[in-house]
Amino acid sequence: MPRRIRLRKVVAPPIFKGYKPYGAHVESKEHIELLYEEYEAIKLADYDLMKHKEASELMGVSRPTFARIYEAARRKIANALVEAKEIKTVYGNAWLEKDWFVCIECNSRFTIPKTISNHNCPLCSSKNIESINKH
Amino acid sequence: MSKIVITSSGNTVKSDFDLRFGRAAWFCIFDDETKETKFYENEHINANHGAGTQVAEKMLELKVTKAISGDFGPKAKELLDKFNVQMVIVQEETTVESIINKLITK
Repeated sequence: MPRRIRLRKVVAPPIFKGYKPYGAHVESKEHIELLYEEYEAIKLADYDLMKHKEASELMGVSRPTFARIYEAARRKIANALVEAKEIKTVYGNAWLEKDWFVCIECNSRFTIPKTISNHNCPLCSSKNIESINKH
Repeated sequence: MSKIVITSSGNTVKSDFDLRFGRAAWFCIFDDETKETKFYENEHINANHGAGTQVAEKMLELKVTKAISGDFGPKAKELLDKFNVQMVIVQEETTVESIINKLITK
C-alpha cells in the first residue's frame, strides 16, 4: 500500500470555480481538474515569486514534492490552453489553514463558515480567539 | 434555530464524548432552541470506507449547522465546509453533558 498523501496546506484557495475558453472552433467537452494545491503552487511560485524551498515549507511538503505539484499544475494548465479545455478547480489533498481558529480560553479549534457573522468561540463564546494561520 | 451534533460513545447525555467523527458510536443532536437532545446510532461505524462522508451527508440531511467532534477526516471536512457547517474540534476526554452545558451557559 502506498504511503498516505500528506495534506498540503493551502493558505488562499482560488476565488473562482473555473475558467472556460471562448471562441474555440471546436468545443472541447472535456475539462481538466486543477487541484487546490496545484493552484496554490502556481500562485506561490509564479505570482508571489517565491523560491520553491520557501513555498514547499509554507505548504508543509518537501521541496521535491512541491516541484511535482507545481509541474503537474503547469502541465494541466498548458494542456487546457492548447486543447481549449475548461479548467475546474477541485479540492484535492488540501487543508485550508485560513479557516481554522483556536479559542484561547477553552483550547477548542473551529471553523467559521461564511453564514456565521459573529466571530467568537462556538463552545464557550469567548471573543478571545486566534487564527491558526498566524506564525 | 440551530442544531448541533456532538459525537458520543453512548445514547445518553452521560456518555463519553467520542473523539472520532465518521466512526463515532452515536450522534447526539442538540437543538439550540428547544434544548432537546436526540440520539442517532451511527450506521456507518463499521463501513470499510467513506464513513466520514456518509455521516456528513446524514448530518446535512438532519440540517445540522454545527458539528462538535475530536477531529474530522479530509472528506468529511470538505463536505461540511461546503455546506457551511461549523466544525468544532475538542480534543479532551469529556462527556456529552459537559459540552452541552458549555453551549447553554454562553
